[in-house]
Amino acid sequence: MTILALKNVSKSYGALKVTQDVSFTLEKGEALGVIGPNGAGKSTLFNLITGNVLVDAGQIEFDGRDVTRENPMARCLAGVGRTFQIPQPFDKLTVFENLVVAGAFGSSASESDVTGRCADILEQTGLGPRANDLAGGLSLLQRKRLELARALATQPKLLLLDEIAGGLTEGECVQLVDTVKSVHATGVSIVWIEHVLHALTSVVTRLLVLDFGKVIGIGEPDEIMNSKAVREIYLGIDV
Amino acid sequence: MSLVSSNQWAVETRTRASSMFFVIAAVAVLIAFAAPFFLSRSGIQDLFFILTMLVLAQCWNLLAGYAGLVSVGQQAFVGFGAYAMFATVILLGLDPLVGVLAGGLMGALLAIPTGFFAFRLQGAYFAIGTWVIAEVVRLSMAQWKALGGGTGTSLPTTATRDMVGVKLVQDIFGVRSAQAVDILCYWLALILAVASVVFIYRLLRSRQGLGLAAVRDNTVAARAVGVDALRIKAAVYIIVAFITGLVGALIYVQKARISPDAAFAVTDWTAYVIFIVVIGGIGAIEGPIVGVLVLYLLQTLLADYGSWYLLALGLIGIAVMLFAPRGLWGLFTERTGIQLFPVRRILTGGTNKTNGGTNV
Repeated sequence: MTILALKNVSKSYGALKVTQDVSFTLEKGEALGVIGPNGAGKSTLFNLITGNVLVDAGQIEFDGRDVTRENPMARCLAGVGRTFQIPQPFDKLTVFENLVVAGAFGSSASESDVTGRCADILEQTGLGPRANDLAGGLSLLQRKRLELARALATQPKLLLLDEIAGGLTEGECVQLVDTVKSVHATGVSIVWIEHVLHALTSVVTRLLVLDFGKVIGIGEPDEIMNSKAVREIYLGIDV
Repeated sequence: MSLVSSNQWAVETRTRASSMFFVIAAVAVLIAFAAPFFLSRSGIQDLFFILTMLVLAQCWNLLAGYAGLVSVGQQAFVGFGAYAMFATVILLGLDPLVGVLAGGLMGALLAIPTGFFAFRLQGAYFAIGTWVIAEVVRLSMAQWKALGGGTGTSLPTTATRDMVGVKLVQDIFGVRSAQAVDILCYWLALILAVASVVFIYRLLRSRQGLGLAAVRDNTVAARAVGVDALRIKAAVYIIVAFITGLVGALIYVQKARISPDAAFAVTDWTAYVIFIVVIGGIGAIEGPIVGVLVLYLLQTLLADYGSWYLLALGLIGIAVMLFAPRGLWGLFTERTGIQLFPVRRILTGGTNKTNGGTNV
């Protein structure tokens, strides 16, 4: 069954076409990786899926429903969870409170109902020791973890991860991959934008390549990484 | 408040200082209720001023400090509430206390169209927009000939003399009706002050309060986790308008004389209120309480110095903004860590021990 379908989605800022005629579908429980050079329109693609940016043309269906014109809040409640490439914590709330907001509002539950789940997510993402510290005081790495933790707290059906592995040590990266894998194992569908390819390919089963807002390839990781177009455009390798 | 989950996690919001404070606060409120028995009439009038300004400051603090809505047009609701009370008494012949309620309701009602326009504006533009709206309301009221137009009007002496409860207060204290009205207004102000502090505190500790804090910190992220930012802000705006309208009406029951210039005065109902919140500490319930006492002390000390008084207020305001941006209460909390109205949700328990954190 399809959880997410983009049909001929386009978006321009003036003369700059950031998304051009993008179509793809994601099956329930699938994990899809999105790669492409800087400025290819990867984060814009996420903003279109979450509703932070509205499409100029085309249609977006989520969980069997047309959400093209719905706002970010409605899409979150429908089950779209996301992380921001540049972390956007609630600075003056504690790390734990950041999760409680997401848990209580994102899944329309009371605070007491989500306490345990939020605390467990903090443990799972390694933020347990910082639970009662203000989010504004976290390091970049911890902010990225908080992004993931907060998205998980909304109990998403579809999780959009935007470059969460950048700048991590090898050990931290392995931990992160384990966390994402365990989330995926619970049946959550994932779309993951990432430059750290080995982390990405250890989770996703398909890769989508964006360049200048266009899909230039979609398929199994091996097939994509070996295709001539991708190696030229994305990896900058002359073949 | 203690919420225990299946995994032995618990959430604490109360601190030892706050539990102790609640006992002291309860005693203080009881003493305040008894104040008319041992304070002179001018003492009661001073307390009435402090309490009404406190309510206005708590409202503005909620609006600016928590919802990020920096309004300089709250005098619109003070004046509109006061005029609604006058209309209820003079035109409908009802009791001034009914007029006070009408003042609150009309304030909330006014917030719907004004919010419709003001919410299209952001930041400084919102501030200017609210001021413009207040001027529009003032000019409209000045056209209302039945209530004295530009020169204003007075409440009929019979209306306040026959107000519900005045006779009773007169009998208890053996005073004339004018003084009885003061005492009655003081009690109402005290009830309103306690109720608004309790209400705001409960709101901030609730789920909606957490959503409000998230919206204040980062609106985009708040929407992304399912918080309806617009609805929460609009609700705060309307609730604050309701309380501000109530206070405005009550202030003018005590004053018994209204004019558009006084009822919609930006200095009295917004500039002083902002001063109170900034001096005391924005974004904390304790802030306005400290701030209103500082304002009262300054007014008393500098009463004989005319315009030097306003100059001093301005200088103190600037000094506090430069050296203690979180206000006097913020400075105190930084040093001592004491919070009388804690809203933090502290996570405790679990398998891996979480530390207490450095929550401020």
